[in-house]
Amino acid sequence: MREHRTTIREFLGQYFHIGGISDSEDIFSLGFVDSMFAMQLVLFLERTFDVQVEDDDLVMDNFKSVDSMTSFLARKESATA
Amino acid sequence: MSAQKRFQTVGVVGAGVMGCGLAQSLAASGHDVVLVDLTPEVLEQAGKTIRQNLRYSRLRAPSSAKEPTSAVLERVHFTTDYEALGRAEFVIENVTERWDIKKEVYGHLHRICGPEVIIGVNTSAISITKVSSLIQNPARVIGMHFMNPVPMKPLVELIRGYYTDNGTIEAASTLLAQMGKEGIVVEDMPGFVTNRVLMITVNEAVFVVQDGVAEAKEVDRIFRGCFGHTMGPLETADLIGLDTILDSLVVLYESYNDDKYRPAPLLKKLVAAGLLGRKSGHGFYPYSVDSPSSF
Repeated sequence: MREHRTTIREFLGQYFHIGGISDSEDIFSLGFVDSMFAMQLVLFLERTFDVQVEDDDLVMDNFKSVDSMTSFLARKESATA
Repeated sequence: MSAQKRFQTVGVVGAGVMGCGLAQSLAASGHDVVLVDLTPEVLEQAGKTIRQNLRYSRLRAPSSAKEPTSAVLERVHFTTDYEALGRAEFVIENVTERWDIKKEVYGHLHRICGPEVIIGVNTSAISITKVSSLIQNPARVIGMHFMNPVPMKPLVELIRGYYTDNGTIEAASTLLAQMGKEGIVVEDMPGFVTNRVLMITVNEAVFVVQDGVAEAKEVDRIFRGCFGHTMGPLETADLIGLDTILDSLVVLYESYNDDKYRPAPLLKKLVAAGLLGRKSGHGFYPYSVDSPSSF
């Protein structure tokens, strides 16, 4: 799971300076990115981790922080395991 | 024609940014859509774009998405065959703002669509009266200038051509109401209200950057911070597409024969370099190519 976390942080690092942001912080409320960026996150997670983001998964809570994305991936992977 | 009836099947010609947004908006409001473009590749990309943008709408406002994404998409019939428009009760044309291209498309519509079918011209600059001369029964032709992104913009500029009759205006208003939108009727002069004012503003903002008066981000900040605009003129240009801006300016320039519409050389240069804004990944600003294309 540490690997997922690292990969997500690397992706976010392409768009803003992530050094001072903890894994639990809401990147949208911090104002670094807008809601359009959430869709980029959805596509990134689908491509990189080979998961399918379904309609019911399309809620901001799943993508708002590194922790939420890591938990989301864990749920998806356990559901398909 | 009966303006009060509900339109169920709507043809959309052109699957670019506007055509995709329109098809999405129509399908999401329960209409069957026949989306026509020239190649399977363009249509395949359109399918992906519409799906992404439906998902984005759901993400932004989960409560507004009443049906599964797949159910909405199933109402869009993607085709390269103009004949499929034969079952449409209303057709909205969204092809490139070039007269030679429009002329060819209206040749197809003239042949395939019955004289009672309402024809909406989704243009930002081309004369509705001139377009209506390409088709039988010009009274059923009306300008419908949708704004981008179509699903998020509640107002539409409706343009009355010289021959457009009141029944056609009522019919277009009915379709817009079915889509949860409203039209504002204006008269047919090049650029109407929106583009006549917007394009010259965008063009002057490009001149400001070209002349080194300010950088793009400073120009946009001034419009947002000083005038309360949601977006500055250059961000707006990137959203619309710099090629579309250039095409619109050329149409205005040729229509009024007035130098005030001459396109800025920097705008021409960016378009020539393929920097078209959001849709190409770079315009006045860089974008990720994964961005939903019509947002």
